[in-house]
Amino acid sequence: MSGVPMEHGLVLAAILFALGLAGLMFRRNMIFVLMSLEVMLNAAGLAFIVGGTAWQQPEGQAMFLLVITLAAAEASVGLALLIQLNHRFKTLDLDAASRMRG
Amino acid sequence: MEIAFYLSGLVAVLATLGVITNANPVHALLYLIVSLIAVAMVFFSLGAPFAGALEIIVYAGAIMVLFVFVVMMLNLGEGVAAQERAWLKPRTWLGPAVLAAALLLVLIATLWRGDIGLVIQGETLTAKMVGITLFGPWLIVVELAAMLLLAALVTASHVGRMAPDKPATNRETGARGDA
Repeated sequence: MSGVPMEHGLVLAAILFALGLAGLMFRRNMIFVLMSLEVMLNAAGLAFIVGGTAWQQPEGQAMFLLVITLAAAEASVGLALLIQLNHRFKTLDLDAASRMRG
Repeated sequence: MEIAFYLSGLVAVLATLGVITNANPVHALLYLIVSLIAVAMVFFSLGAPFAGALEIIVYAGAIMVLFVFVVMMLNLGEGVAAQERAWLKPRTWLGPAVLAAALLLVLIATLWRGDIGLVIQGETLTAKMVGITLFGPWLIVVELAAMLLLAALVTASHVGRMAPDKPATNRETGARGDA
Protein backbone atom coordinates (compact mmCIF):
# COMPACT_ATOMS: atom_id res chain seq x y z
CA MET A 1 0.00 0.00 0.00
CA SER A 2 1.31 3.41 -0.85
CA GLY A 3 -0.16 6.56 0.53
CA VAL A 4 -2.92 7.32 3.00
CA PRO A 5 -6.51 7.50 1.71
CA MET A 6 -7.97 10.94 2.22
CA GLU A 7 -10.89 9.47 4.18
CA HIS A 8 -8.57 8.25 6.92
CA GLY A 9 -7.20 11.73 7.50
CA LEU A 10 -10.71 13.18 7.60
CA VAL A 11 -11.85 10.45 10.00
CA LEU A 12 -8.96 11.36 12.32
CA ALA A 13 -10.04 15.00 12.20
CA ALA A 14 -13.65 13.98 12.92
CA ILE A 15 -12.61 11.87 15.93
CA LEU A 16 -10.56 14.73 17.38
CA PHE A 17 -13.43 17.17 16.77
CA ALA A 18 -15.97 14.87 18.47
CA LEU A 19 -13.66 14.41 21.47
CA GLY A 20 -13.28 18.17 21.81
CA LEU A 21 -17.03 18.66 21.51
CA ALA A 22 -17.72 16.08 24.23
CA GLY A 23 -15.17 17.74 26.50
CA LEU A 24 -16.73 21.14 25.82
CA MET A 25 -20.15 19.84 26.82
CA PHE A 26 -19.38 17.93 29.99
CA ARG A 27 -16.75 20.13 31.62
CA ARG A 28 -17.64 22.99 33.96
CA ASN A 29 -14.15 24.28 34.71
CA MET A 30 -13.29 27.11 32.32
CA ILE A 31 -9.69 25.93 31.78
CA PHE A 32 -10.96 22.61 30.42
CA VAL A 33 -13.56 24.36 28.26
CA LEU A 34 -10.82 26.49 26.67
CA MET A 35 -8.63 23.42 26.13
CA SER A 36 -11.52 21.59 24.43
CA LEU A 37 -12.00 24.60 22.14
CA GLU A 38 -8.31 24.39 21.21
CA VAL A 39 -8.74 20.70 20.38
CA MET A 40 -11.73 21.45 18.14
CA LEU A 41 -9.92 24.27 16.27
CA ASN A 42 -6.93 21.99 15.84
CA ALA A 43 -9.16 19.28 14.33
CA ALA A 44 -10.55 21.82 11.86
CA GLY A 45 -6.99 22.77 10.89
CA LEU A 46 -6.13 19.10 10.41
CA ALA A 47 -9.05 18.74 7.98
CA PHE A 48 -7.71 21.73 5.99
CA ILE A 49 -4.25 20.19 5.81
CA VAL A 50 -5.64 16.82 4.70
CA GLY A 51 -7.61 18.50 1.93
CA GLY A 52 -4.63 20.60 0.87
CA THR A 53 -2.25 17.66 0.66
CA ALA A 54 -4.80 15.40 -1.07
CA TRP A 55 -5.26 17.89 -3.91
CA GLN A 56 -1.58 19.01 -3.80
CA GLN A 57 -2.56 22.65 -3.32
CA PRO A 58 -0.85 25.06 -0.88
CA GLU A 59 -4.16 26.74 0.02
CA GLY A 60 -4.75 24.15 2.75
CA GLN A 61 -1.67 25.27 4.64
CA ALA A 62 -2.58 28.93 4.11
CA MET A 63 -5.99 28.27 5.68
CA PHE A 64 -4.27 26.45 8.52
CA LEU A 65 -2.28 29.61 9.17
CA LEU A 66 -5.56 31.49 9.57
CA VAL A 67 -6.94 28.81 11.89
CA ILE A 68 -3.83 29.19 14.08
CA THR A 69 -4.31 32.97 14.11
CA LEU A 70 -7.90 32.51 15.19
CA ALA A 71 -6.86 30.04 17.90
CA ALA A 72 -4.28 32.45 19.25
CA ALA A 73 -6.81 35.31 19.37
CA GLU A 74 -9.41 33.08 21.02
CA ALA A 75 -6.95 31.76 23.59
CA SER A 76 -5.74 35.22 24.60
CA VAL A 77 -9.25 36.66 25.01
CA GLY A 78 -10.49 33.48 26.73
CA LEU A 79 -7.63 33.47 29.21
CA ALA A 80 -8.21 37.15 30.00
CA LEU A 81 -11.87 36.31 30.71
CA LEU A 82 -10.71 33.36 32.84
CA ILE A 83 -8.52 35.64 34.96
CA GLN A 84 -11.45 38.03 35.45
CA LEU A 85 -13.75 35.13 36.38
CA ASN A 86 -11.26 33.91 38.96
CA HIS A 87 -10.78 37.45 40.25
CA ARG A 88 -14.48 38.25 40.71
CA PHE A 89 -16.05 34.93 41.70
CA LYS A 90 -13.02 33.18 43.27
CA THR A 91 -13.89 30.06 41.28
CA LEU A 92 -13.43 28.68 37.78
CA ASP A 93 -16.96 27.23 37.63
CA LEU A 94 -18.63 28.65 34.54
CA ASP A 95 -22.08 28.33 36.12
CA ALA A 96 -21.08 30.98 38.66
CA ALA A 97 -21.17 33.57 35.88
CA SER A 98 -24.60 32.66 34.55
CA ARG A 99 -26.29 35.90 35.61
CA MET A 100 -26.04 38.99 33.43
CA ARG A 101 -25.24 41.46 36.13
CA GLY A 102 -22.27 43.77 36.27
CA MET B 1 4.93 7.47 5.89
CA GLU B 2 1.75 5.42 6.43
CA ILE B 3 3.05 3.96 9.68
CA ALA B 4 4.00 7.43 10.89
CA PHE B 5 0.52 8.73 10.03
CA TYR B 6 -1.41 5.98 11.79
CA LEU B 7 0.86 5.86 14.85
CA SER B 8 0.80 9.60 15.44
CA GLY B 9 -2.94 9.65 14.78
CA LEU B 10 -3.38 7.03 17.51
CA VAL B 11 -1.20 9.04 19.90
CA ALA B 12 -3.23 12.18 19.12
CA VAL B 13 -6.56 10.47 19.87
CA LEU B 14 -5.31 8.87 23.10
CA ALA B 15 -3.74 12.12 24.34
CA THR B 16 -6.94 14.03 23.56
CA LEU B 17 -8.89 11.45 25.57
CA GLY B 18 -6.45 12.18 28.39
CA VAL B 19 -7.16 15.92 28.06
CA ILE B 20 -10.91 15.67 28.40
CA THR B 21 -11.00 13.04 31.16
CA ASN B 22 -8.20 14.27 33.40
CA ALA B 23 -9.06 15.91 36.71
CA ASN B 24 -5.79 17.75 37.23
CA PRO B 25 -5.49 20.90 35.04
CA VAL B 26 -1.70 20.68 34.74
CA HIS B 27 -1.79 17.02 33.66
CA ALA B 28 -4.52 17.84 31.14
CA LEU B 29 -2.36 20.65 29.74
CA LEU B 30 0.60 18.32 29.30
CA TYR B 31 -1.66 15.81 27.54
CA LEU B 32 -2.85 18.62 25.27
CA ILE B 33 0.75 19.48 24.37
CA VAL B 34 1.38 15.80 23.52
CA SER B 35 -1.76 15.80 21.37
CA LEU B 36 -0.67 18.94 19.49
CA ILE B 37 2.81 17.54 18.84
CA ALA B 38 1.24 14.28 17.58
CA VAL B 39 -0.94 16.28 15.17
CA ALA B 40 2.21 18.10 14.03
CA MET B 41 3.75 14.68 13.30
CA VAL B 42 0.65 13.85 11.26
CA PHE B 43 1.28 17.02 9.24
CA PHE B 44 4.91 16.05 8.64
CA SER B 45 3.90 12.57 7.53
CA LEU B 46 1.27 13.95 5.14
CA GLY B 47 3.84 16.22 3.49
CA ALA B 48 3.00 19.60 4.98
CA PRO B 49 6.20 20.47 6.90
CA PHE B 50 5.48 24.20 7.08
CA ALA B 51 2.18 23.59 8.87
CA GLY B 52 3.81 21.05 11.16
CA ALA B 53 6.56 23.48 12.17
CA LEU B 54 3.97 26.21 12.75
CA GLU B 55 1.91 23.84 14.87
CA ILE B 56 4.87 23.13 17.14
CA ILE B 57 6.11 26.73 17.30
CA VAL B 58 2.82 28.59 17.63
CA TYR B 59 0.49 26.05 19.26
CA ALA B 60 2.73 23.95 21.47
CA GLY B 61 5.27 26.72 21.94
CA ALA B 62 3.28 29.91 22.40
CA ILE B 63 -0.39 29.22 23.12
CA MET B 64 0.31 26.36 25.49
CA VAL B 65 2.95 28.38 27.35
CA LEU B 66 0.25 31.04 27.81
CA PHE B 67 -2.04 28.36 29.30
CA VAL B 68 0.74 27.10 31.58
CA PHE B 69 1.47 30.63 32.81
CA VAL B 70 -2.21 31.25 33.58
CA VAL B 71 -2.53 27.95 35.43
CA MET B 72 0.59 28.82 37.42
CA MET B 73 -0.80 32.28 38.16
CA LEU B 74 -4.12 30.90 39.42
CA ASN B 75 -2.23 28.63 41.83
CA LEU B 76 -4.70 25.76 41.60
CA GLY B 77 -4.25 23.35 44.45
CA GLU B 78 -5.37 19.85 45.20
CA GLY B 79 -8.86 21.16 45.88
CA VAL B 80 -9.50 21.80 42.19
CA ALA B 81 -8.66 18.21 41.24
CA ALA B 82 -11.00 16.89 43.96
CA GLN B 83 -13.75 19.23 42.73
CA GLU B 84 -13.21 18.03 39.15
CA ARG B 85 -13.41 14.40 40.25
CA ALA B 86 -16.69 15.19 42.02
CA TRP B 87 -18.08 16.80 38.84
CA LEU B 88 -16.98 13.94 36.59
CA LYS B 89 -19.82 11.54 37.41
CA PRO B 90 -21.11 9.14 34.74
CA ARG B 91 -24.47 10.92 35.01
CA THR B 92 -22.72 14.10 33.88
CA TRP B 93 -20.67 12.83 30.97
CA LEU B 94 -22.89 10.07 29.59
CA GLY B 95 -25.34 12.34 27.77
CA PRO B 96 -22.74 14.57 26.04
CA ALA B 97 -20.64 11.50 25.19
CA VAL B 98 -23.61 9.84 23.48
CA LEU B 99 -24.39 13.02 21.55
CA ALA B 100 -20.78 13.45 20.41
CA ALA B 101 -20.60 9.76 19.45
CA ALA B 102 -23.76 10.12 17.35
CA LEU B 103 -22.24 13.13 15.56
CA LEU B 104 -19.01 11.22 14.98
CA LEU B 105 -20.98 8.24 13.60
CA VAL B 106 -22.80 10.48 11.13
CA LEU B 107 -19.52 12.10 10.01
CA ILE B 108 -17.78 8.74 9.53
CA ALA B 109 -20.77 7.22 7.72
CA THR B 110 -20.89 10.19 5.35
CA LEU B 111 -17.17 9.85 4.63
CA TRP B 112 -17.49 6.09 4.16
CA ARG B 113 -20.29 6.29 1.61
CA GLY B 114 -18.67 9.11 -0.35
CA ASP B 115 -16.45 8.45 -3.34
CA ILE B 116 -13.55 10.84 -2.92
CA GLY B 117 -11.03 8.22 -3.96
CA LEU B 118 -8.04 10.50 -3.41
CA VAL B 119 -4.86 9.07 -1.95
CA ILE B 120 -2.31 11.28 -0.20
CA GLN B 121 1.09 10.30 -1.56
CA GLY B 122 3.01 12.44 0.89
CA GLU B 123 4.71 14.69 -1.64
CA THR B 124 6.03 17.76 0.12
CA LEU B 125 4.22 21.07 -0.23
CA THR B 126 7.02 23.47 0.60
CA ALA B 127 6.87 26.71 2.55
CA LYS B 128 7.80 28.51 -0.67
CA MET B 129 4.53 27.53 -2.34
CA VAL B 130 2.57 28.54 0.76
CA GLY B 131 4.36 31.89 0.89
CA ILE B 132 3.64 32.57 -2.79
CA THR B 133 -0.04 31.83 -2.17
CA LEU B 134 -0.20 33.96 0.97
CA PHE B 135 1.57 37.01 -0.38
CA GLY B 136 0.13 36.82 -3.88
CA PRO B 137 -3.59 36.20 -4.30
CA TRP B 138 -4.31 35.86 -0.55
CA LEU B 139 -2.75 39.14 0.59
CA ILE B 140 -6.02 40.61 1.84
CA VAL B 141 -6.50 37.54 4.05
CA VAL B 142 -3.10 38.12 5.66
CA GLU B 143 -4.09 41.69 6.42
CA LEU B 144 -7.40 40.51 7.88
CA ALA B 145 -5.46 38.12 10.13
CA ALA B 146 -3.31 41.02 11.28
CA MET B 147 -6.44 43.03 12.09
CA LEU B 148 -7.82 40.06 14.03
CA LEU B 149 -4.64 39.78 16.07
CA LEU B 150 -4.67 43.51 16.80
CA ALA B 151 -8.28 43.32 17.96
CA ALA B 152 -7.46 40.33 20.16
CA LEU B 153 -4.50 42.21 21.65
CA VAL B 154 -6.65 45.24 22.53
CA THR B 155 -9.45 43.05 23.91
CA ALA B 156 -7.14 40.91 26.02
CA SER B 157 -5.32 43.90 27.49
CA HIS B 158 -8.64 45.58 28.29
CA VAL B 159 -10.45 42.55 29.72
CA GLY B 160 -7.47 41.14 31.57
CA ARG B 161 -6.72 44.38 33.39
CA MET B 162 -7.35 44.24 37.09
CA ALA B 163 -9.45 47.19 38.22
CA PRO B 164 -7.37 49.12 40.76
CA ASP B 165 -8.95 50.50 43.87
CA LYS B 166 -9.54 53.81 42.22
CA PRO B 167 -10.51 56.89 44.21
CA ALA B 168 -14.09 58.05 43.88
CA THR B 169 -14.82 60.05 40.75
CA ASN B 170 -16.58 63.38 41.00
CA ARG B 171 -19.91 63.08 39.24
CA GLU B 172 -20.03 66.65 37.93
CA THR B 173 -16.51 67.36 36.86
CA GLY B 174 -15.23 63.84 36.35
CA ALA B 175 -12.16 64.72 38.39
CA ARG B 176 -10.43 62.05 40.39
CA GLY B 177 -9.66 62.45 44.05
CA ASP B 178 -11.61 63.65 47.04
CA ALA B 179 -12.85 66.87 45.53
